[in-house]
Amino acid sequence: MRRSMLFLPGNTPNIIINGDELGADAVILDLEDAVAPSEKDAARILVRNAIRLMKFEKSEVLVRINSMDSEYWKSDLDEIVPLKPDVIMPPKMSCAADVQAIDAYITKLESSLGIESNSVKLMPLIETALGVENAFQIAMASRRVCALQLGGEDLTADLRCKRTREGNEIDYARKRLVCAARAAGVDAYDTPFTDVNDDEGIYADTEYAKSLGFTGKASISPRHVTAINQVFSPSQEDIDYAYEVMEAIRIAKEQGRGAISLRGKMIDAPIVARAQQTIAMAEELLMMAGGGNE
Amino acid sequence: MSNKIVKTLREAIELSGLKEGMTISFHHHLRNGDYVLNMVMEEIAAMNIKGLTVNASSLFDTHLPLIDHARNHVVTKLQTNYMSGAIGRFISQGVMEELVEFRTHGGRPSAVESGVTPIDVAFIAAPVSDTMGNCTGKYGKSACGSLGYAFPDAMNAKKVIVITDSLVPYPLADWSIPETYVDYVVAVDAIGDPNGIVSGTTKITRDPIGLIMASSAARVIRHSGLLKDGFSFQTGAGGASLAAAKFLKDIMLRENIKGSFGLGGITGYMVDMLKAGCFQSLLDVQCFDLEAVESIRSNPKHQEISATHYASPSAKSAVVDSLDVVILGATEIDTDFNVNVHTDSNGFIMGGSGGHSDTAAGAKLSMIIAPLSRARLPIVTDRVTCISTPGKDIDVLVTQKGIAVNPRNKELGERLRQAGLPVVDIHELKRIAERITGVPQRLEKGERAVAKVIYRDGTLLDTIYSVSDIG
Repeated sequence: MRRSMLFLPGNTPNIIINGDELGADAVILDLEDAVAPSEKDAARILVRNAIRLMKFEKSEVLVRINSMDSEYWKSDLDEIVPLKPDVIMPPKMSCAADVQAIDAYITKLESSLGIESNSVKLMPLIETALGVENAFQIAMASRRVCALQLGGEDLTADLRCKRTREGNEIDYARKRLVCAARAAGVDAYDTPFTDVNDDEGIYADTEYAKSLGFTGKASISPRHVTAINQVFSPSQEDIDYAYEVMEAIRIAKEQGRGAISLRGKMIDAPIVARAQQTIAMAEELLMMAGGGNE
Repeated sequence: MSNKIVKTLREAIELSGLKEGMTISFHHHLRNGDYVLNMVMEEIAAMNIKGLTVNASSLFDTHLPLIDHARNHVVTKLQTNYMSGAIGRFISQGVMEELVEFRTHGGRPSAVESGVTPIDVAFIAAPVSDTMGNCTGKYGKSACGSLGYAFPDAMNAKKVIVITDSLVPYPLADWSIPETYVDYVVAVDAIGDPNGIVSGTTKITRDPIGLIMASSAARVIRHSGLLKDGFSFQTGAGGASLAAAKFLKDIMLRENIKGSFGLGGITGYMVDMLKAGCFQSLLDVQCFDLEAVESIRSNPKHQEISATHYASPSAKSAVVDSLDVVILGATEIDTDFNVNVHTDSNGFIMGGSGGHSDTAAGAKLSMIIAPLSRARLPIVTDRVTCISTPGKDIDVLVTQKGIAVNPRNKELGERLRQAGLPVVDIHELKRIAERITGVPQRLEKGERAVAKVIYRDGTLLDTIYSVSDIG
């Protein structure tokens, strides 16, 4: 389960050592935008050591490498791939060829290091107009791609418009990205909400992202994690309904009935699939809570 | 006597009969905005009186001129419950002729009243006083709220001098300290800088790690079995402590729990809890911010208490003895749960117990909130550099990486585990911290003792040794 993904600057040891205490399902150790050019090597070494040392038991680990138009991306992969992070996030992916180039480089590294082939996944960060238009091809470009991530800040710069609280300027990109990801059979992650002091805005923005079909949402502030987790977790009502669906199916099977209805609605395959997803998520959340009664 | 007004501070000092070898006292309610201690010491130095003991409930950076008075032998001994890092650094380098005596907010009045540390002349900074010495901290341009720590001084010193910058006609009806204890009253232009006396507001932390710890602390309280009608609570003014109070307030309001009292060092946040109906009353030995000052002035449910009433172990009873939960901080805690709040990682003095060990001893649940590491050093260690509060009085340590329960409190450990809280052995927390920070080198003790840490009952807890200045 990956509802929330929290960006952590790759050059701040104090934040990284507490990375998996911040409640995010995944942390994205950032070697790109958060790190000044003069600190790229120090951040790379710090992130490498952190992955090696820290257990990150509560959070999945992603690493955002530097973009392909920089001199750093291969060094980033050389340093990070041997530690087998869960996912590599390459930024500014604009076409399938970009993904394939990174895939090829990782494949070479895996082979030389004796790491199981395709074990390192990719989450292309789409933050250009071209990337939005090519989103489906990017998602289909490699077996490694597990999800697409939208990056609203760079995208609005590319679109030559302002990033706003309402987000109308990225509405098309959001919808296009979700559609492309779902068509390719991968997950879709929404861009971070950038105002760290807007406690209401983060909820509204996340609710909207969920309504579009996003799997989860990235964040640049630990203070947004709770809101994202709450919005992307099934409500008690959702969970109760999911169990009702499964129970209705069980009873129908026992009675040898083909067509099943619940609360006056026909239960078809997508409803069953959603119910199964909801129950799986609810069970995972219960396990994460340690069975506590908070 | 038609009134007790004395024209100048020097005249009041002369009238008090102050001479070499005596003890003078000060309270710290004006905190870092206090002008009175420096003003008095400057006058005494000008009068060429030497060899004095200064007994101050706490000392702040603003009192740095004391160091020069120590070098000039005007002051040869200090007795206090807390000193800030700037003063502590000099003390750690051995500037005082005699060992500093650290006590606690409860131990100090106990020692004063029993004659262990008699006071010859008490200087009471009073934000408002009448001509006969009825005085309070609730009003005036230098209002500081409660005068809790000044009560034992006023009631036990041989001579009492009230120094005020707001002199009002007799009688001041809403007095804290009555005229019956006061010998002389001196009016001055200003007793303090309001900006240093109280902060405008004390803020809840927005640091995510602080919030995680605060949330854990509130959950510990919730599952301790103590959070029910009649619940009583004290917390500090630090960001994480205040955040814990916020989470606690949410729980109390949601579950309609009516507490009996909030104690302290009172902040605006505790005032909010009182107003919201979380407590029947606030018992206040010291106000931390403007909201607390306003509340003690206007709300009869917000009561001023003396340091004796707050925490003295020799009083027939003190409020800390009725306290359910206290949240405290630590610079170090060891695997026996001993806590250090006196020295920093280099061994320099930078604090003191204040009410730390009093409340820890009195409360049914004493909780330490601290991050697992600070400035690349682990908080949990094999042995603290200085024992400020003995481990027997600490029940639980809350960090961002887990909660350690003192094995002495098996029932609490069981309750928290059953509630699904991340309870881990304190040795495991130490191991986690050291895996991140490495194992720091043990500090070498300095050559000479510079301070004694005296427990609230008068016994010696620890000795602090000198540090060579490392820059």
